[in-house]
Amino acid sequence: MARKLTVDRRKFLKGAAGGVAGLVASTTAIRAKEPTPVQSASAPLMPKEVDPSNVDVLTTDRSGSDFMVDVLKSLGFEYIASNPGSSFRGLHESVINYGGNQAPEFITCCHEESAIGMAHGYAKIEGKPMCVFVHSNVGLQHGSMAIFNAYCDRVPVYLIAGNTIDATVRRPGVEWDHSAQDLAAMVRDFLKWDDLPISLPHFAESAVRAYKIAMTTPTMPVLLVADSELQEGPIAPDAKFHIPKLALATPPQGESGSVAEAARLLVAAENPVIIADRAARTPAGMMHLIGLAEALQAPVIDQEGRLNFPTRHPLNHTQRSRALMADADVILGLELTDFWGTVHSMRDQLHRTSKPTTRDGAKLISISATDLDVKGNHQDIQRYPEVDLAIAGDAETTLPSLLEAVKRSITNDRKRTLQDRGSKLADAYQKALVQTRSQATYGWDTSPITIPRLSAEMWAQIKNEDWSLVSDVGHASRWPLRMWSFDKHYQFIGGSGGAGVGYGAPASAGAALANKKHGRLSVSIQTDGDLMYAPGILWTMAHHHIPLLSVMHNNRAYHQEVMHIQRMANRHNRGITRAGIGTTIQDPNIDFARVAQGMGVYAQGPITDPKDLGPALRRAIEVVKRGEPALIDAVTEPR
Amino acid sequence: MSANMDNHIVRFLGLMTVAALMVLAPSHARAQRVSPAPKADDSPAGNSQNGKKLFTSYGCFECHGHQAEGTPEGKTRLGPNPISFRELVKYIRQPTGQMPPYTSKVASDADLADIYAFLQSLPQPPKADSIPALK
Repeated sequence: MARKLTVDRRKFLKGAAGGVAGLVASTTAIRAKEPTPVQSASAPLMPKEVDPSNVDVLTTDRSGSDFMVDVLKSLGFEYIASNPGSSFRGLHESVINYGGNQAPEFITCCHEESAIGMAHGYAKIEGKPMCVFVHSNVGLQHGSMAIFNAYCDRVPVYLIAGNTIDATVRRPGVEWDHSAQDLAAMVRDFLKWDDLPISLPHFAESAVRAYKIAMTTPTMPVLLVADSELQEGPIAPDAKFHIPKLALATPPQGESGSVAEAARLLVAAENPVIIADRAARTPAGMMHLIGLAEALQAPVIDQEGRLNFPTRHPLNHTQRSRALMADADVILGLELTDFWGTVHSMRDQLHRTSKPTTRDGAKLISISATDLDVKGNHQDIQRYPEVDLAIAGDAETTLPSLLEAVKRSITNDRKRTLQDRGSKLADAYQKALVQTRSQATYGWDTSPITIPRLSAEMWAQIKNEDWSLVSDVGHASRWPLRMWSFDKHYQFIGGSGGAGVGYGAPASAGAALANKKHGRLSVSIQTDGDLMYAPGILWTMAHHHIPLLSVMHNNRAYHQEVMHIQRMANRHNRGITRAGIGTTIQDPNIDFARVAQGMGVYAQGPITDPKDLGPALRRAIEVVKRGEPALIDAVTEPR
Repeated sequence: MSANMDNHIVRFLGLMTVAALMVLAPSHARAQRVSPAPKADDSPAGNSQNGKKLFTSYGCFECHGHQAEGTPEGKTRLGPNPISFRELVKYIRQPTGQMPPYTSKVASDADLADIYAFLQSLPQPPKADSIPALK
């Protein structure tokens, strides 16, 4: 196939408006009769197969990549995030000139992991993919961890990788190094689909198909390999190619009989618990979950893969999860990434042990699209959960029918019982809230700054704005989710999915870019180790005027790893004072404010006195409101 | 850097069961004693200043914070008003949850006494109602 591509390319593209198969066949026949061109000293690199009649034709008004841009425009991409690379130079040039660098606009990134991380965060705010160009095998390898994160997080990312397939037209040296036979192979384990189009009509069809596949539940990254010759080859000025119509697949709903059985179990339960992880894909998902919880007067534990449930709703009992789980007789899991881990505890000592955290006989119900697309190599599948009722389907899409079934099953007598339960839950919620506030006071004025102090100072500055927290907060002991009032879907986007460090900064930037046109104030709590993976994202934010307030959670360590090494040292009785070797980011301490300033970002810090935090945040927010990024370097407690 | 950091910490935090270390008895902020005197309760005399240093060098702060304030996700607050010294030592030597064990080979009883003195010395926090940012 590669051989045919080389021989046919130029004439194929010139006349591609006609029948594709016929053209391929005819030009192949012509090429076979042509004499081998004589190579001159002035053109020593010319591939011998080139058509001598085209040697002196040095320009063209239209190229294959122009049509590719037409296709991308038809799919509605707003942005293409990318670190430039020669394997997609044709596409790059067509985007900025032919396409006018608008819809999509080229976003310059300093690393592919940043580009893909941006697309990851963007999709979780905007609900659709961002396009990313990567440079053949090297760019794909750079970006592979970010692809894995998006895959584990079930987030659509639309990747196009340049590649020079025809060996006889590759420039000697680097272009050979930067080409691959099966480019997608290295990341196929965590792609939903990939393709290698060998003609422009093929590209159009696969591009539309890729978009549809990426957006079909469960959503995931997809990859198209764009041959550099296909990009750069000329096409006739009047050439017209068909772009197929896009019709997105509607998400699957759980089977009606199983949904009715789930409703029956939930209504009859004395202590039902609803647990949601990536259940709310859209604002409608949150609304449906509120409806279900209120109909049942059942507590909700939000595992916060997305913002599933308002944090100040009296049925949000995330902070009481352990006690609730122990008493539950029916547990409904909605898009849980780890149902087994949800209902078990595992003790990480010399001998690992596990035990259930639920009582005997508790019924487990799962509604999840995870079962619809499973791969075998990477173990994000988690341990097998022994549920009683497994409903394959999209939870958000299934919730309305479940809610209706629940409402139909509730008698008036039962409704009174449920209302009593709701009253008790509301009281427990208030007590938990008071306890949280009390807990936040410990170490309030000390340095390093405690995370609850950091969270409270941030909340004081943003609570009257239309804000969006675009970072994960697991590293911050979830303090913002404990203290702030989240009630809009876009106010939180969950974590990385694959737990790969380096997600935070670019995903925050991508989410902030999506929030920009909505006028939202994007804020993030940015860990130091994560930012150091690819700090060039700061320059990208400055260059493209991405308004994001990044508040450093600077504990000067890969803190998680400190604890792991300390655990090993304790376990081996070999002393416990050297766990910082290889795990801390000190000596010298990184001056993140200067790093950010050096990349054109407004920044202040390091801030060690908590009293200085509030005024610094106020000044930084003014910068962000003017449409620019800002960074506050707060030196903090570990968690 | 391992790619499964966050998952590990979520589980680690979620499974910590050191509630037994929660605060039980009232205490008073203590000044450093040059010549510690025996106490009436079961806690030995300790050097709070040295205990503060040990709390850092032994990595206690990594989970519990420099002021032993803890986190809501299983990293128990240790002070002010710590549990009894006997209970504290028992748990540290043979924890029943996720906390790594500190045997006498790595932390002597004298070290623990100093750390205990540090925990006793911690001041009471301000009331939540007195903090505007928490209202």
